[in-house]
Amino acid sequence: MSFADFFKKKSTSGQDAKNRLKFVLVSDRSNCSPEIMEQIKNDIINVLSKYVEIDLAGLDIKITQTESEGGGGTVPALFANIPIKDLKHGKAIKQ
Amino acid sequence: MGEVIVVTSGKGGVGKTTTSANVGTGLAKLDKKVVLIDTDIGLRNLDVVMGLENRIVYNLVDVVEGNCRIKQALIKDKRYPTLYLLPSAQTRDKTSVTPEQMKKLTEQLKEEFDYIILDCPAGIEQGFKNAIAGADRALVVTTPEVSAVRDADRIIGLLEANEMKQTHLIINRLRMDMVKRGDMMSAEDVVEILAVDLIGVVPDDENIVVSTNQGEPLVGNDTLAGKAYMNICRRILGEEVPYLDLNGKKSLFKRIFG
Repeated sequence: MSFADFFKKKSTSGQDAKNRLKFVLVSDRSNCSPEIMEQIKNDIINVLSKYVEIDLAGLDIKITQTESEGGGGTVPALFANIPIKDLKHGKAIKQ
Repeated sequence: MGEVIVVTSGKGGVGKTTTSANVGTGLAKLDKKVVLIDTDIGLRNLDVVMGLENRIVYNLVDVVEGNCRIKQALIKDKRYPTLYLLPSAQTRDKTSVTPEQMKKLTEQLKEEFDYIILDCPAGIEQGFKNAIAGADRALVVTTPEVSAVRDADRIIGLLEANEMKQTHLIINRLRMDMVKRGDMMSAEDVVEILAVDLIGVVPDDENIVVSTNQGEPLVGNDTLAGKAYMNICRRILGEEVPYLDLNGKKSLFKRIFG
């Protein structure tokens, strides 16, 4: 353990529980396993990478529940927040 | 016309029966006419928690099968004149009753009682389906543990799919000492994860074990759990009740829980 680690605030087990639950409930609610989610994510990255440069660190893709637009309860929705680092690929295609 | 409330959780052992007994007794204390129904066929427990195990003649399955009239199967509580129990059958299983039969039974009981409280079995199978069939409102009980919260989430999803009109959350067995040192999720954490309206937080309290030993629900007495359950009852009646300070002592930083 380094000197810096000693002062770093360790996450508590309560916090661990909350984080683990948040993660497991996403796949529970979407009825979609983490492996499938990973595949969807990779496919989206592959397709988008053809055109733009994606910020992989800031990438967030999940399946959530959302209010149905026509009313009548909730429906699953794919939520993706994909920061783009550079659009130069896009420009190249337009030219 | 009465309201049918199902007490459910998914996971076993989180306090459904204790909650049913205390909420039912509390509402009777507040002068409501209440019937508690134990829907856990094959694993009868609400009778012992209520201290009424020696008075059972007929049970839920007898009523549904027409072996007796509803009135014959209802056990009058020994302390509160407006409180009744319909016990479950011990020697049968969940398939002895159908959701349609439960719906019909609760419709009939609504005519005469202000509140019909259904103690739901653990699980999401037939017993759960029976218990929620006729319910107007669900109280989902959980403890601040990953397994219980995960199951509660599943139950909340199933209640939504079954178009339950109202779903409220009860967080049971919260230990403030553990929350303070970060070793237990707080009530706020659980509410954030489950995204459902909270109706009460009950602290982990040894008095619950004592009251269960004696077969006398502690709702309304001077213990923290007793107060928390009474607050839940008042909120069910629509009152705005502030949350208890579960730290057990007055502090400048009045953390609002309860």
